[in-house]
Amino acid sequence: MSREGRRQTVGFGALLLATLLVVIPVIFIVGMIVAKGWSALSLNFLFTMPTEGMKAGGIFPALVGTIYLVAAAVLFSLPIGIMAAIYLSEYAKDNLLTRLINLSIINLAGVSSVVYGLFGLSLFVVFLKFGVSIISGALTLGVMTLPVIITTTREALRTVPRSYREVSFSLGATRWQTVRHSVLPSAVPGIITGAILSIGRIAGETAPILFTVAAFYLPKLPHGLSDQAMALPYHLYIISTQIPGIPENYRYGTALVLVGLVLILNISATIVRARYRKRK
Amino acid sequence: MSPRKIREFFIEKLIFLSGVASIVFVALIFVFLLKEGVSLFKTIGLGDFLGGRFWYPISDPPKLGILPLILGSLLVTAGAIALAVPLGIASAFYIAEVAPPRLRDALKTCIEVLSAIPSVVLGFIGMVTLVPFIKRVFGIPTGLTAMTGSIMLALMALPTIISISEDAINSVPGEYKAGAIALGATHWQTLRRVIIHGAMPGIIAASMLGIGRVFGETMAVMMVTGNAAVIPKSLLQPVRTLTATIAAEMGEAVRGSEHFYALFAIGIVLFIISFAINVTADLFLNRGKKR
Repeated sequence: MSREGRRQTVGFGALLLATLLVVIPVIFIVGMIVAKGWSALSLNFLFTMPTEGMKAGGIFPALVGTIYLVAAAVLFSLPIGIMAAIYLSEYAKDNLLTRLINLSIINLAGVSSVVYGLFGLSLFVVFLKFGVSIISGALTLGVMTLPVIITTTREALRTVPRSYREVSFSLGATRWQTVRHSVLPSAVPGIITGAILSIGRIAGETAPILFTVAAFYLPKLPHGLSDQAMALPYHLYIISTQIPGIPENYRYGTALVLVGLVLILNISATIVRARYRKRK
Repeated sequence: MSPRKIREFFIEKLIFLSGVASIVFVALIFVFLLKEGVSLFKTIGLGDFLGGRFWYPISDPPKLGILPLILGSLLVTAGAIALAVPLGIASAFYIAEVAPPRLRDALKTCIEVLSAIPSVVLGFIGMVTLVPFIKRVFGIPTGLTAMTGSIMLALMALPTIISISEDAINSVPGEYKAGAIALGATHWQTLRRVIIHGAMPGIIAASMLGIGRVFGETMAVMMVTGNAAVIPKSLLQPVRTLTATIAAEMGEAVRGSEHFYALFAIGIVLFIISFAINVTADLFLNRGKKR
Protein backbone atom coordinates (compact mmCIF):
# COMPACT_ATOMS: atom_id res chain seq x y z
CA MET A 1 0.00 0.00 0.00
CA SER A 2 1.23 3.50 -0.78
CA ARG A 3 2.06 5.95 1.96
CA GLU A 4 -1.04 8.00 1.24
CA GLY A 5 -3.13 4.85 1.26
CA ARG A 6 -1.82 3.95 4.70
CA ARG A 7 -2.48 7.46 5.91
CA GLN A 8 -6.05 7.17 4.74
CA THR A 9 -6.54 3.88 6.56
CA VAL A 10 -5.17 5.36 9.78
CA GLY A 11 -7.22 8.55 9.35
CA PHE A 12 -10.49 6.73 8.71
CA GLY A 13 -9.69 4.39 11.59
CA ALA A 14 -9.35 7.40 13.90
CA LEU A 15 -12.69 8.79 12.72
CA LEU A 16 -14.32 5.42 13.32
CA LEU A 17 -12.82 5.25 16.80
CA ALA A 18 -14.21 8.69 17.65
CA THR A 19 -17.63 7.67 16.38
CA LEU A 20 -17.57 4.52 18.50
CA LEU A 21 -16.65 6.60 21.56
CA VAL A 22 -19.84 8.58 20.96
CA VAL A 23 -22.13 5.70 20.08
CA ILE A 24 -21.12 3.12 22.68
CA PRO A 25 -22.10 5.25 25.70
CA VAL A 26 -25.50 5.86 24.10
CA ILE A 27 -26.11 2.13 23.66
CA PHE A 28 -24.80 1.52 27.17
CA ILE A 29 -27.09 4.16 28.72
CA VAL A 30 -30.25 3.05 26.93
CA GLY A 31 -29.43 -0.63 27.49
CA MET A 32 -28.83 -0.10 31.17
CA ILE A 33 -32.08 1.82 31.71
CA VAL A 34 -34.05 -0.88 29.92
CA ALA A 35 -32.29 -3.79 31.61
CA LYS A 36 -32.54 -2.43 35.14
CA GLY A 37 -35.88 -0.65 34.83
CA TRP A 38 -37.76 -3.47 33.14
CA SER A 39 -38.36 -5.39 36.36
CA ALA A 40 -40.10 -2.40 37.94
CA LEU A 41 -42.53 -1.95 35.10
CA SER A 42 -46.05 -3.17 35.71
CA LEU A 43 -49.57 -1.82 35.39
CA ASN A 44 -49.42 -1.29 39.11
CA PHE A 45 -46.28 0.83 38.79
CA LEU A 46 -47.84 2.99 36.08
CA PHE A 47 -51.31 3.38 37.50
CA THR A 48 -51.14 3.61 41.29
CA MET A 49 -50.20 6.35 43.72
CA PRO A 50 -46.80 6.27 45.43
CA THR A 51 -46.87 4.88 48.96
CA GLU A 52 -44.51 4.69 51.95
CA GLY A 53 -42.85 8.06 51.25
CA MET A 54 -42.51 7.17 47.55
CA LYS A 55 -40.48 4.07 48.35
CA ALA A 56 -43.24 1.85 46.99
CA GLY A 57 -46.36 2.05 44.90
CA GLY A 58 -46.52 3.69 41.51
CA ILE A 59 -45.83 6.86 39.58
CA PHE A 60 -49.37 7.58 38.43
CA PRO A 61 -49.62 11.19 39.67
CA ALA A 62 -46.31 12.10 38.04
CA LEU A 63 -47.43 10.56 34.76
CA VAL A 64 -50.76 12.40 34.89
CA GLY A 65 -49.03 15.66 35.79
CA THR A 66 -46.69 15.39 32.84
CA ILE A 67 -49.57 14.66 30.45
CA TYR A 68 -51.52 17.69 31.74
CA LEU A 69 -48.45 19.91 31.45
CA VAL A 70 -47.53 18.77 27.97
CA ALA A 71 -51.09 19.01 26.66
CA ALA A 72 -51.61 22.52 28.02
CA ALA A 73 -48.19 23.68 26.79
CA VAL A 74 -48.79 22.41 23.27
CA LEU A 75 -52.33 23.84 23.13
CA PHE A 76 -50.75 27.22 23.86
CA SER A 77 -47.70 27.06 21.65
CA LEU A 78 -48.94 25.10 18.61
CA PRO A 79 -51.35 27.76 17.22
CA ILE A 80 -48.86 30.60 17.83
CA GLY A 81 -45.98 28.58 16.44
CA ILE A 82 -47.80 27.50 13.30
CA MET A 83 -49.07 31.00 12.58
CA ALA A 84 -45.63 32.45 13.21
CA ALA A 85 -44.19 29.97 10.71
CA ILE A 86 -46.89 30.89 8.18
CA TYR A 87 -45.99 34.52 8.64
CA LEU A 88 -42.28 33.88 8.12
CA SER A 89 -42.71 31.56 5.17
CA GLU A 90 -45.65 33.14 3.31
CA TYR A 91 -45.93 36.79 4.33
CA ALA A 92 -42.65 38.14 5.64
CA LYS A 93 -40.46 40.29 3.41
CA ASP A 94 -36.69 40.28 3.67
CA ASN A 95 -36.45 43.26 5.99
CA LEU A 96 -35.23 44.31 9.41
CA LEU A 97 -38.34 43.01 11.19
CA THR A 98 -37.92 39.53 9.73
CA ARG A 99 -34.27 39.52 10.70
CA LEU A 100 -35.25 40.51 14.24
CA ILE A 101 -37.83 37.72 14.39
CA ASN A 102 -35.27 35.16 13.24
CA LEU A 103 -32.76 36.44 15.75
CA SER A 104 -35.38 36.13 18.50
CA ILE A 105 -36.19 32.55 17.52
CA ILE A 106 -32.51 31.63 17.68
CA ASN A 107 -32.28 33.17 21.11
CA LEU A 108 -35.42 31.52 22.42
CA ALA A 109 -33.88 28.23 21.34
CA GLY A 110 -30.61 29.02 23.10
CA VAL A 111 -31.80 30.34 26.44
CA SER A 112 -30.91 28.03 29.32
CA SER A 113 -33.80 25.94 30.59
CA VAL A 114 -33.33 27.19 34.14
CA VAL A 115 -33.58 30.78 32.88
CA TYR A 116 -36.99 29.83 31.46
CA GLY A 117 -37.82 28.68 34.97
CA LEU A 118 -36.90 32.11 36.37
CA PHE A 119 -38.90 33.81 33.64
CA GLY A 120 -41.96 31.66 34.38
CA LEU A 121 -41.61 32.33 38.10
CA SER A 122 -41.31 36.07 37.61
CA LEU A 123 -44.00 36.55 34.93
CA PHE A 124 -46.60 33.83 35.43
CA VAL A 125 -46.28 32.83 39.08
CA VAL A 126 -45.61 36.24 40.65
CA PHE A 127 -46.58 39.05 38.27
CA LEU A 128 -49.71 37.50 36.73
CA LYS A 129 -50.51 35.82 40.08
CA PHE A 130 -51.13 32.39 38.56
CA GLY A 131 -49.24 30.92 41.49
CA VAL A 132 -47.27 27.69 41.40
CA SER A 133 -49.65 25.86 39.09
CA ILE A 134 -50.06 23.78 35.96
CA ILE A 135 -50.95 26.89 33.96
CA SER A 136 -47.71 28.67 34.96
CA GLY A 137 -45.60 25.62 34.12
CA ALA A 138 -47.41 24.94 30.86
CA LEU A 139 -47.03 28.53 29.64
CA THR A 140 -43.33 28.45 30.54
CA LEU A 141 -42.84 25.18 28.65
CA GLY A 142 -44.98 26.55 25.81
CA VAL A 143 -42.75 29.56 25.28
CA MET A 144 -39.73 27.30 25.49
CA THR A 145 -40.97 25.01 22.75
CA LEU A 146 -42.02 27.78 20.33
CA PRO A 147 -38.72 27.81 18.42
CA VAL A 148 -38.97 24.05 17.76
CA ILE A 149 -42.50 24.35 16.41
CA ILE A 150 -41.73 27.45 14.35
CA THR A 151 -38.61 26.05 12.70
CA THR A 152 -40.07 22.62 11.87
CA THR A 153 -43.32 24.13 10.54
CA ARG A 154 -41.38 26.66 8.48
CA GLU A 155 -39.31 23.86 6.95
CA ALA A 156 -42.53 21.95 6.17
CA LEU A 157 -44.04 25.00 4.47
CA ARG A 158 -40.86 25.61 2.49
CA THR A 159 -40.93 22.13 0.99
CA VAL A 160 -44.35 22.84 -0.57
CA PRO A 161 -43.53 23.51 -4.25
CA ARG A 162 -43.77 27.12 -5.40
CA SER A 163 -46.03 26.03 -8.25
CA TYR A 164 -48.85 25.23 -5.79
CA ARG A 165 -48.91 28.87 -4.80
CA GLU A 166 -48.60 30.17 -8.34
CA VAL A 167 -51.52 28.09 -9.56
CA SER A 168 -53.64 29.23 -6.66
CA PHE A 169 -52.81 32.90 -7.23
CA SER A 170 -53.46 32.59 -10.96
CA LEU A 171 -56.95 31.29 -10.18
CA GLY A 172 -57.60 34.55 -8.37
CA ALA A 173 -57.19 33.26 -4.81
CA THR A 174 -56.05 35.69 -2.13
CA ARG A 175 -52.89 35.06 -0.15
CA TRP A 176 -54.76 33.62 2.83
CA GLN A 177 -56.89 31.36 0.59
CA THR A 178 -53.70 30.11 -1.02
CA VAL A 179 -52.14 29.38 2.34
CA ARG A 180 -55.28 27.80 3.74
CA HIS A 181 -56.26 25.59 0.82
CA SER A 182 -53.13 24.84 -1.13
CA VAL A 183 -50.05 25.28 1.08
CA LEU A 184 -51.15 24.15 4.55
CA PRO A 185 -52.75 20.81 3.57
CA SER A 186 -49.56 19.51 2.02
CA ALA A 187 -47.48 20.70 4.95
CA VAL A 188 -49.59 18.93 7.59
CA PRO A 189 -47.34 15.86 8.05
CA GLY A 190 -44.32 18.11 8.57
CA ILE A 191 -46.23 20.19 11.09
CA ILE A 192 -47.34 17.06 12.96
CA THR A 193 -43.73 15.86 13.06
CA GLY A 194 -42.67 19.13 14.64
CA ALA A 195 -45.50 19.04 17.16
CA ILE A 196 -44.64 15.49 18.27
CA LEU A 197 -40.95 16.36 18.56
CA SER A 198 -41.73 19.36 20.72
CA ILE A 199 -43.98 17.25 22.95
CA GLY A 200 -41.12 14.81 23.42
CA ARG A 201 -38.82 17.63 24.35
CA ILE A 202 -41.06 19.28 26.95
CA ALA A 203 -42.09 15.97 28.52
CA GLY A 204 -38.50 15.56 29.70
CA GLU A 205 -37.78 19.11 30.84
CA THR A 206 -37.15 19.59 34.54
CA ALA A 207 -35.56 22.96 35.18
CA PRO A 208 -38.42 25.11 33.77
CA ILE A 209 -40.98 23.43 36.02
CA LEU A 210 -38.90 23.44 39.22
CA PHE A 211 -40.29 26.76 40.47
CA THR A 212 -43.44 27.06 38.37
CA VAL A 213 -45.45 23.89 38.93
CA ALA A 214 -43.61 20.93 40.36
CA ALA A 215 -44.68 19.43 43.64
CA PHE A 216 -42.55 17.04 45.67
CA TYR A 217 -45.48 14.82 46.55
CA LEU A 218 -49.23 15.28 46.26
CA PRO A 219 -51.70 12.83 47.71
CA LYS A 220 -54.29 13.71 45.06
CA LEU A 221 -54.33 14.06 41.31
CA PRO A 222 -54.54 17.64 39.99
CA HIS A 223 -58.08 18.82 39.29
CA GLY A 224 -57.54 21.92 37.21
CA LEU A 225 -55.05 24.27 35.64
CA SER A 226 -54.50 26.20 38.86
CA ASP A 227 -53.39 23.13 40.83
CA GLN A 228 -49.82 22.11 41.48
CA ALA A 229 -48.79 18.84 39.95
CA MET A 230 -46.12 16.20 40.14
CA ALA A 231 -44.20 15.53 36.92
CA LEU A 232 -42.14 12.59 35.72
CA PRO A 233 -38.77 14.32 35.22
CA TYR A 234 -39.03 16.14 38.53
CA HIS A 235 -40.09 12.92 40.22
CA LEU A 236 -36.99 11.18 38.88
CA TYR A 237 -34.85 14.07 40.13
CA ILE A 238 -36.34 13.83 43.61
CA ILE A 239 -36.16 10.09 44.04
CA SER A 240 -32.58 9.98 42.80
CA THR A 241 -31.19 12.92 44.80
CA GLN A 242 -33.49 14.01 47.62
CA ILE A 243 -34.82 10.85 49.23
CA PRO A 244 -32.44 8.17 50.43
CA GLY A 245 -33.40 4.52 50.39
CA ILE A 246 -35.49 4.41 47.23
CA PRO A 247 -35.21 0.91 45.74
CA GLU A 248 -32.91 0.89 42.73
CA ASN A 249 -35.32 -0.68 40.27
CA TYR A 250 -37.91 1.92 41.23
CA ARG A 251 -35.59 4.70 40.07
CA TYR A 252 -34.60 2.88 36.90
CA GLY A 253 -38.26 2.13 36.27
CA THR A 254 -39.13 5.83 36.46
CA ALA A 255 -36.21 6.66 34.13
CA LEU A 256 -37.39 3.94 31.74
CA VAL A 257 -40.95 5.30 31.62
CA LEU A 258 -39.63 8.79 30.92
CA VAL A 259 -37.13 7.72 28.28
CA GLY A 260 -39.68 5.32 26.77
CA LEU A 261 -42.25 8.09 26.50
CA VAL A 262 -39.79 10.46 24.85
CA LEU A 263 -38.42 7.82 22.46
CA ILE A 264 -41.89 6.60 21.44
CA LEU A 265 -42.78 10.20 20.58
CA ASN A 266 -39.58 10.59 18.57
CA ILE A 267 -40.13 7.35 16.72
CA SER A 268 -43.70 8.30 15.82
CA ALA A 269 -42.43 11.63 14.52
CA THR A 270 -39.93 9.77 12.34
CA ILE A 271 -42.64 7.44 11.04
CA VAL A 272 -44.94 10.33 10.12
CA ARG A 273 -42.04 11.98 8.30
CA ALA A 274 -41.01 8.79 6.48
CA ARG A 275 -44.55 8.02 5.31
CA TYR A 276 -44.95 11.50 4.00
CA ARG A 277 -41.67 11.29 2.08
CA LYS A 278 -42.69 7.99 0.51
CA ARG A 279 -45.99 9.42 -0.66
CA LYS A 280 -44.35 12.34 -2.44
CA MET B 1 -65.86 45.04 2.76
CA SER B 2 -67.36 41.61 2.38
CA PRO B 3 -67.50 39.32 5.45
CA ARG B 4 -64.86 37.13 3.85
CA LYS B 5 -62.48 40.04 3.50
CA ILE B 6 -63.06 41.09 7.08
CA ARG B 7 -62.34 37.57 8.25
CA GLU B 8 -59.16 37.44 6.21
CA PHE B 9 -58.11 40.79 7.59
CA PHE B 10 -58.35 39.47 11.14
CA ILE B 11 -56.69 36.17 10.36
CA GLU B 12 -53.78 37.94 8.72
CA LYS B 13 -53.45 40.31 11.66
CA LEU B 14 -53.35 37.27 13.95
CA ILE B 15 -50.67 35.69 11.78
CA PHE B 16 -48.62 38.85 11.94
CA LEU B 17 -48.97 39.04 15.71
CA SER B 18 -47.84 35.42 16.06
CA GLY B 19 -44.94 36.26 13.79
CA VAL B 20 -43.68 38.97 16.10
CA ALA B 21 -44.52 36.93 19.23
CA SER B 22 -40.96 35.59 19.35
CA ILE B 23 -39.59 39.11 19.65
CA VAL B 24 -42.12 39.84 22.37
CA PHE B 25 -41.19 36.71 24.32
CA VAL B 26 -37.45 37.39 24.17
CA ALA B 27 -38.14 40.92 25.37
CA LEU B 28 -40.44 39.62 28.13
CA ILE B 29 -37.80 37.16 29.34
CA PHE B 30 -35.23 39.92 29.55
CA VAL B 31 -37.57 42.42 31.18
CA PHE B 32 -38.81 39.99 33.81
CA LEU B 33 -35.30 38.85 34.67
CA LEU B 34 -34.30 42.50 35.03
CA LYS B 35 -37.39 43.32 37.05
CA GLU B 36 -36.32 40.99 39.86
CA GLY B 37 -32.58 40.97 39.28
CA VAL B 38 -31.90 44.70 39.19
CA SER B 39 -33.07 45.15 42.80
CA LEU B 40 -29.90 43.37 43.89
CA PHE B 41 -27.75 46.24 42.69
CA LYS B 42 -29.37 48.67 45.12
CA THR B 43 -27.36 46.94 47.85
CA ILE B 44 -24.41 45.35 46.02
CA GLY B 45 -22.15 46.79 43.34
CA LEU B 46 -21.86 45.02 40.01
CA GLY B 47 -18.14 44.49 40.59
CA ASP B 48 -18.71 42.85 43.98
CA PHE B 49 -21.36 40.62 42.47
CA LEU B 50 -19.36 39.45 39.44
CA GLY B 51 -15.94 39.50 41.11
CA GLY B 52 -16.82 38.51 44.69
CA ARG B 53 -14.96 35.41 45.78
CA PHE B 54 -17.53 34.15 48.29
CA TRP B 55 -21.04 32.84 47.77
CA TYR B 56 -22.63 32.53 51.22
CA PRO B 57 -26.22 33.46 50.42
CA ILE B 58 -27.73 32.59 53.79
CA SER B 59 -25.10 33.98 56.14
CA ASP B 60 -25.87 37.32 57.78
CA PRO B 61 -25.11 39.58 56.02
CA PRO B 62 -25.15 37.40 52.90
CA LYS B 63 -22.07 37.31 50.67
CA LEU B 64 -23.20 37.21 47.09
CA GLY B 65 -20.09 37.01 44.91
CA ILE B 66 -20.52 34.75 41.92
CA LEU B 67 -16.89 34.43 40.84
CA PRO B 68 -16.68 30.81 42.11
CA LEU B 69 -19.85 29.98 40.17
CA ILE B 70 -18.62 31.66 36.99
CA LEU B 71 -15.33 29.78 37.25
CA GLY B 72 -17.21 26.57 38.00
CA SER B 73 -19.32 26.98 34.87
CA LEU B 74 -16.27 27.88 32.77
CA LEU B 75 -14.26 24.90 34.05
CA VAL B 76 -17.03 22.37 33.45
CA THR B 77 -17.80 23.86 30.04
CA ALA B 78 -14.13 23.91 29.01
CA GLY B 79 -13.76 20.26 29.97
CA ALA B 80 -16.91 19.27 28.10
CA ILE B 81 -15.88 21.17 24.99
CA ALA B 82 -12.37 19.72 25.00
CA LEU B 83 -14.02 16.31 24.80
CA ALA B 84 -17.04 16.99 22.64
CA VAL B 85 -15.64 19.21 19.89
CA PRO B 86 -12.93 16.85 18.56
CA LEU B 87 -15.12 13.77 19.02
CA GLY B 88 -18.12 15.48 17.48
CA ILE B 89 -16.29 16.80 14.44
CA ALA B 90 -14.59 13.45 13.82
CA SER B 91 -17.91 11.61 14.11
CA ALA B 92 -19.57 14.11 11.79
CA PHE B 93 -16.89 13.43 9.17
CA TYR B 94 -17.23 9.69 9.63
CA ILE B 95 -21.00 9.79 9.33
CA ALA B 96 -21.10 12.21 6.41
CA GLU B 97 -18.16 10.96 4.35
CA VAL B 98 -16.94 7.51 5.33
CA ALA B 99 -19.78 5.37 6.70
CA PRO B 100 -21.70 3.18 4.22
CA PRO B 101 -25.36 4.27 3.88
CA ARG B 102 -26.84 1.63 6.21
CA LEU B 103 -24.34 2.25 8.98
CA ARG B 104 -24.85 5.98 8.47
CA ASP B 105 -28.58 5.65 9.14
CA ALA B 106 -27.96 3.54 12.24
CA LEU B 107 -25.41 6.04 13.58
CA LYS B 108 -27.73 8.97 12.93
CA THR B 109 -30.53 7.21 14.77
CA CYS B 110 -28.17 6.68 17.69
CA ILE B 111 -27.31 10.39 17.78
CA GLU B 112 -31.01 11.28 17.65
CA VAL B 113 -31.69 8.98 20.58
CA LEU B 114 -28.91 10.68 22.54
CA SER B 115 -30.36 14.11 21.84
CA ALA B 116 -33.79 12.94 22.97
CA ILE B 117 -32.73 11.59 26.37
CA PRO B 118 -33.87 14.13 28.99
CA SER B 119 -31.10 15.80 30.94
CA VAL B 120 -32.44 14.57 34.28
CA VAL B 121 -32.10 10.98 33.02
CA LEU B 122 -28.50 11.58 31.96
CA GLY B 123 -27.89 13.11 35.37
CA PHE B 124 -29.31 10.04 37.04
CA ILE B 125 -27.23 7.66 34.92
CA GLY B 126 -24.16 9.79 35.61
CA MET B 127 -24.82 9.54 39.34
CA VAL B 128 -25.08 5.78 39.40
CA THR B 129 -22.31 4.92 36.93
CA LEU B 130 -19.80 7.69 36.30
CA VAL B 131 -19.64 9.13 39.82
CA PRO B 132 -18.51 5.87 41.52
CA PHE B 133 -16.25 5.15 38.53
CA ILE B 134 -14.40 8.47 38.81
CA LYS B 135 -14.12 8.05 42.56
CA ARG B 136 -12.52 4.61 42.18
CA VAL B 137 -10.22 5.42 39.26
CA PHE B 138 -8.73 8.54 40.80
CA GLY B 139 -8.95 7.38 44.41
CA ILE B 140 -10.62 10.60 45.55
CA PRO B 141 -13.11 11.09 48.40
CA THR B 142 -16.02 11.89 46.10
CA GLY B 143 -16.83 11.23 42.45
CA LEU B 144 -18.98 14.34 42.28
CA THR B 145 -16.42 16.48 40.44
CA ALA B 146 -16.06 19.01 37.65
CA MET B 147 -14.72 16.25 35.43
CA THR B 148 -17.83 14.12 35.96
CA GLY B 149 -19.91 17.11 34.91
CA SER B 150 -17.71 17.70 31.88
CA ILE B 151 -18.14 14.14 30.65
CA MET B 152 -21.93 14.17 31.04
CA LEU B 153 -22.16 17.57 29.39
CA ALA B 154 -19.94 16.45 26.53
CA LEU B 155 -22.54 13.75 25.84
CA MET B 156 -25.25 16.40 25.77
CA ALA B 157 -23.34 18.71 23.44
CA LEU B 158 -22.42 15.95 20.97
CA PRO B 159 -25.77 15.69 19.12
CA THR B 160 -25.77 19.44 18.45
CA ILE B 161 -22.15 19.46 17.29
CA ILE B 162 -22.49 16.35 15.15
CA SER B 163 -25.73 17.19 13.37
CA ILE B 164 -24.81 20.78 12.52
CA SER B 165 -21.26 19.84 11.45
CA GLU B 166 -22.67 17.05 9.31
CA ASP B 167 -25.03 19.48 7.59
CA ALA B 168 -22.08 21.77 6.95
CA ILE B 169 -20.00 18.92 5.48
CA ASN B 170 -22.86 17.78 3.27
CA SER B 171 -23.43 21.27 1.96
CA VAL B 172 -19.86 21.59 0.63
CA PRO B 173 -20.32 21.61 -3.18
CA GLY B 174 -19.67 18.22 -4.78
CA GLU B 175 -17.37 19.81 -7.39
CA TYR B 176 -14.78 20.60 -4.70
CA LYS B 177 -14.51 16.94 -3.84
CA ALA B 178 -14.64 15.80 -7.48
CA GLY B 179 -11.92 18.31 -8.37
CA ALA B 180 -9.60 17.13 -5.61
CA ILE B 181 -10.12 13.46 -6.49
CA ALA B 182 -9.53 14.24 -10.17
CA LEU B 183 -6.18 15.83 -9.25
CA GLY B 184 -5.17 12.52 -7.71
CA ALA B 185 -5.85 13.23 -4.06
CA THR B 186 -6.98 10.36 -1.88
CA HIS B 187 -10.37 10.55 -0.15
CA TRP B 188 -8.58 11.28 3.13
CA GLN B 189 -6.53 14.10 1.61
CA THR B 190 -9.73 15.53 0.14
CA LEU B 191 -11.35 15.49 3.57
CA ARG B 192 -8.40 17.08 5.31
CA ARG B 193 -7.39 19.66 2.74
CA VAL B 194 -10.59 20.53 0.87
CA ILE B 195 -13.87 19.59 2.49
CA ILE B 196 -12.89 20.75 5.97
CA HIS B 197 -12.28 24.28 4.65
CA GLY B 198 -15.63 24.49 2.94
CA ALA B 199 -17.37 23.21 6.06
CA MET B 200 -15.40 25.34 8.53
CA PRO B 201 -17.93 28.13 9.22
CA GLY B 202 -20.61 25.51 9.90
CA ILE B 203 -18.28 23.52 12.13
CA ILE B 204 -17.40 26.64 14.12
CA ALA B 205 -21.09 27.46 14.49
CA ALA B 206 -21.77 23.87 15.59
CA SER B 207 -19.07 24.09 18.24
CA MET B 208 -20.39 27.41 19.51
CA LEU B 209 -23.94 26.09 19.76
CA GLY B 210 -22.50 23.10 21.61
CA ILE B 211 -20.83 25.49 24.05
CA GLY B 212 -24.12 27.35 24.47
CA ARG B 213 -25.94 24.11 25.20
CA VAL B 214 -23.34 23.05 27.78
CA PHE B 215 -23.13 26.42 29.50
CA GLY B 216 -26.88 26.58 30.02
CA GLU B 217 -27.37 22.95 31.00
CA THR B 218 -28.81 22.58 34.45
CA MET B 219 -30.16 19.28 35.73
CA ALA B 220 -27.44 16.82 34.73
CA VAL B 221 -24.68 19.14 35.87
CA MET B 222 -26.39 19.80 39.19
CA MET B 223 -26.72 16.08 39.86
CA VAL B 224 -23.08 15.09 39.22
CA THR B 225 -20.80 18.01 40.12
CA GLY B 226 -21.18 18.09 43.90
CA ASN B 227 -22.26 21.76 44.05
CA ALA B 228 -19.52 23.18 46.24
CA ALA B 229 -19.44 26.95 45.74
CA VAL B 230 -15.68 27.40 45.99
CA ILE B 231 -13.20 28.64 43.44
CA PRO B 232 -12.15 25.43 41.67
CA LYS B 233 -8.49 24.47 41.57
CA SER B 234 -8.70 21.23 39.64
CA LEU B 235 -11.04 19.13 37.53
CA LEU B 236 -11.16 16.51 40.27
CA GLN B 237 -12.96 18.52 42.92
CA PRO B 238 -16.62 19.43 43.38
CA VAL B 239 -17.74 22.64 41.69
CA ARG B 240 -20.95 24.55 41.35
CA THR B 241 -22.16 26.15 38.15
CA LEU B 242 -24.30 29.25 37.61
CA THR B 243 -27.25 27.19 36.40
CA ALA B 244 -27.12 24.66 39.23
CA THR B 245 -27.04 27.47 41.79
CA ILE B 246 -30.33 28.86 40.51
CA ALA B 247 -31.99 25.46 40.31
CA ALA B 248 -30.79 24.31 43.72
CA GLU B 249 -31.43 27.47 45.71
CA MET B 250 -34.52 29.11 44.25
CA GLY B 251 -36.74 26.76 46.21
CA GLU B 252 -35.33 28.04 49.51
CA ALA B 253 -34.75 31.70 48.66
CA VAL B 254 -37.29 33.97 50.30
CA ARG B 255 -39.18 36.02 47.73
CA GLY B 256 -37.94 39.60 47.92
CA SER B 257 -34.69 38.77 49.73
CA GLU B 258 -31.24 39.66 48.43
CA HIS B 259 -30.66 36.00 47.79
CA PHE B 260 -33.77 35.82 45.58
CA TYR B 261 -32.68 38.89 43.59
CA ALA B 262 -29.15 37.51 43.26
CA LEU B 263 -30.46 34.31 41.66
CA PHE B 264 -32.30 36.42 39.09
CA ALA B 265 -29.16 38.46 38.54
CA ILE B 266 -27.36 35.19 37.76
CA GLY B 267 -30.19 34.54 35.28
CA ILE B 268 -29.41 37.86 33.58
CA VAL B 269 -25.76 36.85 33.28
CA LEU B 270 -26.77 33.51 31.72
CA PHE B 271 -29.22 35.20 29.36
CA ILE B 272 -26.62 37.67 28.11
CA ILE B 273 -24.01 34.96 27.62
CA SER B 274 -26.36 32.68 25.68
CA PHE B 275 -27.52 35.67 23.61
CA ALA B 276 -23.92 36.46 22.65
CA ILE B 277 -23.07 32.83 21.85
CA ASN B 278 -26.15 32.26 19.70
CA VAL B 279 -25.85 35.47 17.73
CA THR B 280 -22.19 34.75 16.96
CA ALA B 281 -22.97 31.17 15.95
CA ASP B 282 -25.71 32.44 13.64
CA LEU B 283 -23.27 34.84 11.97
CA PHE B 284 -20.99 31.89 11.19
CA LEU B 285 -23.89 29.78 9.92
CA ASN B 286 -25.02 32.53 7.55
CA ARG B 287 -21.50 33.08 6.33
CA GLY B 288 -21.29 29.39 5.52
CA LYS B 289 -24.52 29.56 3.56
CA LYS B 290 -23.67 32.66 1.56
CA ARG B 291 -20.47 31.26 0.12
